Amino acid sequence: MRPERRTSRRPLASSRCTVLTAAVLALSGCEGVQSVLSPASEDARMVADLAWWMFATAAFIFIVTIGMLITGIALRHGREARRISFRNATIMVVIGGVIAPIAAIVAVSLSGVMIGDEVEGEAGIAGPVIEVHGKRWWWEFRYMDRDGNVVATTANELHLPAGHRSTLRLMSDNVIHSFWAPNIQGKTDLIPGKVNTLYAEPEAAGRWRGQCAEFCGLQHGLMGFVVEARPVDDFARWLEAQASDAAVTEGRGLQVFMDLGCGDCHAIRGTPADGQKGPDLTHLASRQTLAAATIPNSRGNLGGWITSPQDIKPGALMPAFAPPPDDLNALLTYLEALE
Amino acid sequence: MTDDSPALDLRERTDDESRQRLARIEATWASPKGFLGWFMPVNHTAIGRRFIVTSFVFFLLSGVLALAMRLQLLVPLNGLLTPEQYNQFMTVHGTAMMFLFAIPAMEGLAIYVAPLMLGARDMAFPRLNAFGYYVYLIGGTAFFLSLFFGMAPNAGWFNYVPLSNKEFAPGYGVDIWTTMITFIEVSALTAAVELIVTIFKLRAPGMSLNRMPIFVWAVLVMSFMMLFAMPSVIVASAMLMMDRLVDTQFFVTEGGGSPLLWQHLFWFFGHPEVYIILVPALGIVTTIIVTFTQRPVFGYTALVLAMVGIGMVSFGLWVHHMYTTGLPLMGRSFFMAASSMIAIPSGVQIFCWIATMWGTKIRFATPMLFVFGFFAVFIAGGLTGVMVASVPFDRQVHDSYFVVAHFHYVLVGGAVFPLTAGLYYWFPKLTGRMMSERLGRWSCLLIFLGFNLAFFPMHQLGLEGMPRRVYTYVPEMGWQFLNQLATVGSFVLAAGFGLTLINAVRSVFRGEVAGDNPWNATTLEWATASPPLNSNFPQPPVVDSHTPIWDWQQDDERPVVGGLRDDRRETLVTTLLDARPAMVQVLPGPTPWPFVSAVAASVGFIGLIFSPWFYVFGILAIFVTFVLWFWPRHPYREK
Repeated sequence: MRPERRTSRRPLASSRCTVLTAAVLALSGCEGVQSVLSPASEDARMVADLAWWMFATAAFIFIVTIGMLITGIALRHGREARRISFRNATIMVVIGGVIAPIAAIVAVSLSGVMIGDEVEGEAGIAGPVIEVHGKRWWWEFRYMDRDGNVVATTANELHLPAGHRSTLRLMSDNVIHSFWAPNIQGKTDLIPGKVNTLYAEPEAAGRWRGQCAEFCGLQHGLMGFVVEARPVDDFARWLEAQASDAAVTEGRGLQVFMDLGCGDCHAIRGTPADGQKGPDLTHLASRQTLAAATIPNSRGNLGGWITSPQDIKPGALMPAFAPPPDDLNALLTYLEALE
Repeated sequence: MTDDSPALDLRERTDDESRQRLARIEATWASPKGFLGWFMPVNHTAIGRRFIVTSFVFFLLSGVLALAMRLQLLVPLNGLLTPEQYNQFMTVHGTAMMFLFAIPAMEGLAIYVAPLMLGARDMAFPRLNAFGYYVYLIGGTAFFLSLFFGMAPNAGWFNYVPLSNKEFAPGYGVDIWTTMITFIEVSALTAAVELIVTIFKLRAPGMSLNRMPIFVWAVLVMSFMMLFAMPSVIVASAMLMMDRLVDTQFFVTEGGGSPLLWQHLFWFFGHPEVYIILVPALGIVTTIIVTFTQRPVFGYTALVLAMVGIGMVSFGLWVHHMYTTGLPLMGRSFFMAASSMIAIPSGVQIFCWIATMWGTKIRFATPMLFVFGFFAVFIAGGLTGVMVASVPFDRQVHDSYFVVAHFHYVLVGGAVFPLTAGLYYWFPKLTGRMMSERLGRWSCLLIFLGFNLAFFPMHQLGLEGMPRRVYTYVPEMGWQFLNQLATVGSFVLAAGFGLTLINAVRSVFRGEVAGDNPWNATTLEWATASPPLNSNFPQPPVVDSHTPIWDWQQDDERPVVGGLRDDRRETLVTTLLDARPAMVQVLPGPTPWPFVSAVAASVGFIGLIFSPWFYVFGILAIFVTFVLWFWPRHPYREK
């Protein structure tokens, strides 16, 4: 939370962008919703700054070393071979091969420990505790109260209070996944039998994307999630809404839902559907995306996902359903009502 | 032809007695001909050549898989490959490039070149050598064939549990990985053992340790590293095999096991593995720089110490593959410092090479051009390597395309460029013919440009959030353009390697005849005919510096060893440090038993995938074939 520092850095960041990405890379742009180079938290900014320092130093070392190589070779032109004296060669090897690397090691290690300590530190925790469960191949987020009880369960969307340091407890009951929202924080793995902790502190409201970064099987490539930071009050309202039961708990659509067996895997709180294998759908309509941040949440996409999930994400554990058109319509209308 | 080669002594003499003697020696060391003869040779030149050719075949096949993956990533949500196919291709590409190409290619080159450089007539255990090759050939082929039956492993070359457990990876894929990798590593261990013994005991008289060519030092370091690193992956994959076949619970949390245990064991092997590939490549680079500058290397001792240093430090870095697993920061910091320490020996070597080249008249032939490519690419990869050693930075780029870029810069720059340089450099020794210089230059240019076009954009992709090992991506991410550059680059790169392949095949038949020492190099492999005589050296040389051939040219005399019998395979054993002649070893001749043993072992290993009982079968079958293998026969009996 150092706004003056931040504003002074913004113009720098954009000029740095052109330095590295001159030539071919310039076209790709530097503003990304899933980018290390567009930090949205102090943690990510420190690492991005470290990265720019290291890029600049590395480029310098590269140019000097290759420059010496070329100089050494170019010296032969038009003359007899000019051997370097043993003394000068030794000086060169000692400086280039011992002193410079030691300086680099000290710099990398010290900066690594100091920044690492800061980034992974728990100083200033004020936000909620959120359990992050890696599934195949989607994310479940459980919001906990102070006593460790689950307040709300949602999927593929992580909502955070802006300006507060929230605690993420990372766990998995299947394979190893890795939680990576580069704009906010470096990645940490979700390992079965182990609970890892990560802190997330977005500076301001905004929306980013994250993705699984540890190879986890068929749909590893499309195991994304949305990160949304809101002002604290707004977050509290959102959480309250998410904690409530479903807006609609009866009707033909729900009947279709139960008849098709959707309730065996999905839960809709306030209805008999209480499956735990798939994402909690209690507030499905409030989400921006479907299928782990793969497709926008629209009626058409939802219908496509129900009838042919294997075309959208081959290998996904969601089976295809082919209800009659009327039933499908009723089902979609019902799901769309789950605000 | 210059009279600078002891091998030429007998060949150049015209009197009948010398000719007959040479013919007798060559007949004693000859490999059998014909179809059945293919299964019998034990000479290191025959085995080394096979290793090299086979490994390059696997290189091409794995390269084709990489092209398929690049095509899949050309556009977002591409349907060219299914996720299952992509994961199989990715797993086989990574595994094959490491286990079936890089290590065996380095082993093969070491097996071919190192004994020649030492002035030895063969390796210490020729039959074990042959056994190692057949194991590699059968294991590698079985592994690769699984792809054509659609049952290739699909859990990545690192096979992290629980993804590779029976529950999440049913089918035979991961079983094939565990059994075949264990099997192929047996071959690497045999190569390591015999290279160490050969280097320690079969050096030419006078070649004390401090006169050994740098390449041989590199091979020695590589062999010791294999000896210590391979058991770790063999243990790990054997444990995984048992988890899958007989329900042990080494890596299963519910059974008291640990998924992280796999990562520790795997990377305890996996990190040294990178340097196992790199160190011999450093030896190749040194050899080529010395030859093409016609000057002894600057800082011989520093270079040797640097390689030994890399070998040792490489065993203390493995945790930098596990920075994101939630280990305490203090523990990770230790490995952060250790990882960046590799910069010291690497820096020493690079500046020793620059000092060697400083102000010399360099011959800019293809091998040297590839060495320059090595410099640019490897230094870039090394620098990103120091970056990813940093814990906070690595937590951002770990398992992203940044790391894909980094390790391709290190592995292709650090191993494939030198290996290709070595191919052009030693090709005349292997075949007796030169490769085309013109095609070589074009190939080098295409490989260099294609490589950088393919892999440089990946740094940016990783920073923009693209994770590794993804079969596709959504269009909104904006990764398409850089992926297209990478795909175009990969095809340019492939065209470059295609040119080298064409060049090699053409040159075998139509290349310019090379002569014994076309580059005027100084190490002993150039002191015999090209390709080498059956016996390598009818009269083994004696050396008294680390530039023997140049000394002979200067002094106009060549000391050689006399008194070895010509009716059996005799080679000279020397002392460990000073290489004083100690005794004569009689080496075994051609035999089919290593092949039969390898087949028996293969049946045992492959059978394990289907039933644990093959373990028992394998032990019995191998015991029987070993007895027949070691049965005393002619060359051992006194007449």
